[in-house]
Amino acid sequence: MAKQYETVIGLEVHVELATKTKIFCGCSTAFGAEPNAHTCPVCTGMPGSLPVLNKQVVEYAMAVGIAANCEITRVCKFDRKNYFYPDNPQNYQISQLYLPICRNGYVEIETADGKKRVGIHEIHMEEDAGKLIHDEWEDCTLVDYNRSGVPLIEIVSEPDMRSAEEVIAYLEKLRLIIQYLGASDCKLQEGSMRADVNLSVREVGAEKFGTRTEMKNLNSFRAIARAIEGEKERQIELLESGQAVVQETRRWDDAKEESYAMRSKEDAQDYRYFPDPDLVPVHISEEWIERVKKAQPEFRDEKMARYKQEFDLPDYDIDILTGTKHMADLFEQTVALCGQPKKVSNWLMVETMRLLKEQEMEPEDIRFSPENLAKLIGLVESRAINGTVAKEVFEKIFDEDIDPEQYVEENGLKTVNDEGALRKTVEDIIASNPQSVEDYRNGKEKAIGFLVGQTMKAMKGKADPGMVNKLLKELL
Amino acid sequence: MRREKRTACLPYRVPLTKACRGYWLPTHGNGDQWTDMEEKTVDILKYTAVELAEKIKAKEVTVKEAVEAVFARIEAKEESLHCYVTLDKEGAFQRAEEVQKKIDAGELTGRLAGVPVAIKDNMCTEGMLTTCSSKILGNFLPTFSAEAVRNLEKAGAVILGKTNMDEFAMGSTTETSAYGVTRNPWNTEHVPGGSSGGSAAAVAGEECYFALGSDTGGSIRQPAGYCGVVGMKPTYGTVSRYGLIAYGSSLDQIGPLCKDVTDCAAILEAISTHDPKDSTSISREDTDFTKALVEDVRGMRIGIPRDYFGEGLDSEVREAVLAAAETLKEKGAVVEEFDLSLVEYAIPTYYTIAAAEASSNLERFDGIKYGYRTESFEGLHNMYKKTRSEGFGPEVKRRIMLGSFVLSSGYYDAYYLKALKVKALIKKAFDDAFAKYNVILGPVAPTTAPRLGESLSDPMKMYLGDIYTISINLAGLPGICLPCGKDSRGLPIGLQLIGDCFQEKKLIQTAYTYECARGKFGVPDAENRGKAVQKTEESEGR
Repeated sequence: MAKQYETVIGLEVHVELATKTKIFCGCSTAFGAEPNAHTCPVCTGMPGSLPVLNKQVVEYAMAVGIAANCEITRVCKFDRKNYFYPDNPQNYQISQLYLPICRNGYVEIETADGKKRVGIHEIHMEEDAGKLIHDEWEDCTLVDYNRSGVPLIEIVSEPDMRSAEEVIAYLEKLRLIIQYLGASDCKLQEGSMRADVNLSVREVGAEKFGTRTEMKNLNSFRAIARAIEGEKERQIELLESGQAVVQETRRWDDAKEESYAMRSKEDAQDYRYFPDPDLVPVHISEEWIERVKKAQPEFRDEKMARYKQEFDLPDYDIDILTGTKHMADLFEQTVALCGQPKKVSNWLMVETMRLLKEQEMEPEDIRFSPENLAKLIGLVESRAINGTVAKEVFEKIFDEDIDPEQYVEENGLKTVNDEGALRKTVEDIIASNPQSVEDYRNGKEKAIGFLVGQTMKAMKGKADPGMVNKLLKELL
Repeated sequence: MRREKRTACLPYRVPLTKACRGYWLPTHGNGDQWTDMEEKTVDILKYTAVELAEKIKAKEVTVKEAVEAVFARIEAKEESLHCYVTLDKEGAFQRAEEVQKKIDAGELTGRLAGVPVAIKDNMCTEGMLTTCSSKILGNFLPTFSAEAVRNLEKAGAVILGKTNMDEFAMGSTTETSAYGVTRNPWNTEHVPGGSSGGSAAAVAGEECYFALGSDTGGSIRQPAGYCGVVGMKPTYGTVSRYGLIAYGSSLDQIGPLCKDVTDCAAILEAISTHDPKDSTSISREDTDFTKALVEDVRGMRIGIPRDYFGEGLDSEVREAVLAAAETLKEKGAVVEEFDLSLVEYAIPTYYTIAAAEASSNLERFDGIKYGYRTESFEGLHNMYKKTRSEGFGPEVKRRIMLGSFVLSSGYYDAYYLKALKVKALIKKAFDDAFAKYNVILGPVAPTTAPRLGESLSDPMKMYLGDIYTISINLAGLPGICLPCGKDSRGLPIGLQLIGDCFQEKKLIQTAYTYECARGKFGVPDAENRGKAVQKTEESEGR
């Protein structure tokens, strides 16, 4: 009988924090500027420059730690990780090794077998590196230090996960916690969230862990899932054929669906970590922790329970609405304005999701205001516009966040509720469609649909379909 | 006729000959000024920084005259002393003009307004070469000035140039400089000490009125001692390190090298500011150091550590230092001997910590962003290797290797961590001492300035020479060095006073009182200078 294997997975997740300025200087963290536009002597490692810690970084790291049930280190320090590479202007990265800010936490994930805790070994603060750009034309490498010094937290899990599903659930959980805190937008594709996967396999029942490998360059949930499957198979194959797994760092190539070795343990660098003498220890008081605790938002689980109870929405709706903080905020703010939870939910669930998908956008990219969605719902409620017009107006709101009342007014989209005018049109339609009239009278109920459509078309969509229906039945 | 002669007498001034007239811009009107000028024939180089500022304020001397005097002196002495790596004559005159305007307008009234200053070459000066006396930074033009330099500029000091030093401040003789050795103005066969040797020699040789140095393990105090000037290392965190190119970040402090204790207090007052750009900068409210210039040590408790007078201490140095203690006793101080423990651990502890920090601090010099890059290379790692091999000198390489070793995995606990623990114990030993004494008194170095080349041949011996200075850095304490005599060869002997953290005022008060009792220490070639002047006069007369 073939041996049964178990996969053991731990994650190192880097998250770029949403601070306005860098971790050790006042340069902007904004994305997409001209190369080296957001740099100064500190983040380019000029001789004589010194780092000064950004307090907001500590606060975000603490907030994430508290949300992930961690212990907060009252006196934490920064250490230098020494290695030579041109994207790292000082040739050392300021990070935390000996006294990271958070330790011993956990998050709870949903698995096929119910709830499960994934341990958080530690969370530490560090600085990001710059970016090397190879100029093929000139055959030289250029360096852009705009990202150098952008604050990161690294969340190191315990080896508690056993499958790709659990890994994805854990990442989703982290992403939601951090997004809800506003500490980061956590976009894998844009690199504001990055995960390195440590994976080993062992025979079911074995006590000792197998030799692990670390996989890098995973920039989507799909890539992570595929890389885990691929690496699991690779390691099992090695063991089955009597070979040993080598401890190494591997790079995942998602296009080829395979990984290749980057460096083995033997090549591992000695980073010569030591406390950074340019920075003083960070003393975190009880009061500060309390303040950050008090400022914690309502997280997803609590929100889901409340939506069920307060708005009586279906689980499916709740799942989507709370899927991102932005969506949940939009939902709650709109409900606060118009008091129609189910209607608001429908607009978000159906039309908004459709447009997001069509335009390949993420829920975080929604730019329209709750005021305008509330106004639109009000217009539909008061029958000022009909459903078709409402959808058309919503697209304008989605794209340009226009004021629907003004837009409807200016474009003459109001439903014609003048029975006289409508009756005249209906009469015309009846007169010019004798076949359909005949069909209806002969008991073909469906024929009336065609006549309604024709009337709506003649009214350029500005009629109330209910009223048209009523008038048609009356006149026929 | 008299006019020509007089002018020619001024050693610090370009003679008012026809050829020079275009260059020499008169600032005192016409011929009626000669009564003034007669008074000015006194050598204005003899003024201390504070005295010069007073003369400038009183309009007896102009800033430009002071700068000219210094440059004339530099031109005369630099060839033999080599105090400077970079001189900015043009910039200095430009700055002198600006400062003079501000002084005339009453905008600059400080104790250093208009005083020419030299800056150690490991402090960034915007647009002025800053090399750390290393080949690897040979072409480095900083984009900003160090905070201490900016503070001096705000006070109206006029920067002359950058002084020579041991490469990256690693050394005790200024011989590890990539740009040649600096010589001791008292005897050019001897070293000026280091690493701030260029600064100390420039002050002693009157090539500036005062200078800034940096002190990681004695680099201000020891050269001050060898050159017979006053040097002070303040409490760690008192002067901003922003813009100081780091050697051992947890030990480095900037401080003054100057002619007397009054200057020292005035300079320290000007450069001690809280700087939010330096996380280790301390906000202090007691930086009015000139208030401590009080001639009174009655009741001052002075401890003399027996451990500082043991084996290896030159007998002439011992006698001079103990005589200074006696002087203070006569002035009313309570002087006692005591045992300061752990003295022998200071050197290994210091060289572990300083080298570890240096190995990391110097990683940024890689040929990528600034400074020297090797001519030809194959690939990135070869470029790193060649650039750093060619760019750094042997002493720097030695300390990078030592530092990398003590931080490497498997050795970190045994060396670096242990050194940090010993550092804490050394601080504790000083805490115990300062529970009993206000000031600790001792020599600054075991001997007077060694001959050139003597120390470099044996690095261990050079390291051991730091025994009296480095524990002060490890404990973050302030220390001052001032001359207390000369040995039989005529070389100055340095007296070191050590205070508890933030007790600079006690040091200044004690040092000032001693200085008053001692009297003027004098300058290296005061007698020679007189002759030189006469000679000029004779030749001109002929």
